Amino acid sequence: MSEIQAESHHEHHIVSPRVYLSILGVLFVATGLTVWMSFIDLGEWHFAPGLTIFWNPVVALAIACTKAVLVVLFFMHVKYSTKLTKLTVVAGIFVFLALMGMTLCDYFSRAWGRW
Amino acid sequence: MSNSSTIANGAAAEEHHAHPAYQRHHFETIEQQFDATNFAMWLFLLTEVMFFGGLFTAYLIMRNWYYPAFVEASHQLNIGWGTANTGVLILSSFTMAMGVWNAEMKRKGGLVLCLVLTFILGLCFLGIKSIEYHEKWEKHHIPGLHYSVSSFVNPASDPEVFAEYHDKPLAPDMAAKTEMYFFLYFAMTGMHALHMIIGICLLGYLIVRANAGDYTTGHVTYIENFGLYWHFVDVIWIFLFPLLYLISRY
Repeated sequence: MSEIQAESHHEHHIVSPRVYLSILGVLFVATGLTVWMSFIDLGEWHFAPGLTIFWNPVVALAIACTKAVLVVLFFMHVKYSTKLTKLTVVAGIFVFLALMGMTLCDYFSRAWGRW
Repeated sequence: MSNSSTIANGAAAEEHHAHPAYQRHHFETIEQQFDATNFAMWLFLLTEVMFFGGLFTAYLIMRNWYYPAFVEASHQLNIGWGTANTGVLILSSFTMAMGVWNAEMKRKGGLVLCLVLTFILGLCFLGIKSIEYHEKWEKHHIPGLHYSVSSFVNPASDPEVFAEYHDKPLAPDMAAKTEMYFFLYFAMTGMHALHMIIGICLLGYLIVRANAGDYTTGHVTYIENFGLYWHFVDVIWIFLFPLLYLISRY
């Protein structure tokens, strides 16, 4: 009994307002940055015939991912959560990316996609 | 007989040693209860990820198929309003996080204040969104309701947007696909707004209960888990904002 309790024991961590405030600051800066970057033509990279990467959407989504990770880790306390919660979050992101990735691969590799 | 049952009850009462009233009997410790409800809330949020994930995937596919239509339709959105709404929502996430802190510190006044601020910021978001929706209504950019492609087959007819982007006219068949953009725009932002409306209703309830002192007794589960929901809605917007507003300038 006491062993089980010791294993599952997990101190409830209280995140301090200072952490919340600095995350808020970073999120505001990142929002300003992504808007500013959207007004600049970041160009494109032809790295193979028929394959081009446009940098504007890549940068915008990279900033969005950074902001989302900060919200999840600090505002949603995942950084201070149990391993079970961490595993749940990572598994969710993984399944989402796998489902979306496979769907996109299917759609973009079929000739019948263009009508 | 009655004597022995009294003893048994007494023993049972003994086993129910000191624990807070809000700890349910099927949990061994309050930490276990907290972890279990936290896990359950995350499972719910994962179903939400899958739900919005379908919309995001549809948007990416359609955007690739009908790229010119999606770019010109995106130009109808006002980046200023979008940025303002992003700021409002991030700020509301901060006030919500501070609400959780106040609940944990058992500060009733601070908790109520934070919840009220979150409530007001949520309404601000919906107000700005309704200004944007109203503009779509006036320009006949609501799919299925007298939808008009004139801004896209003849961009000069829409002087405000034309001055900013100098879009070239789209062929009528491609211009018709802008309706698909607005369909996805309303589906995604509308579903997000619905989550905001549900969140604001729940916040109203939480404010009343918090004011009665219900969440500053050490029992922070409701506030904590509502916070998770509110931040999740914020995360959805963090991705909607660049996808719908920002990535079509170049």
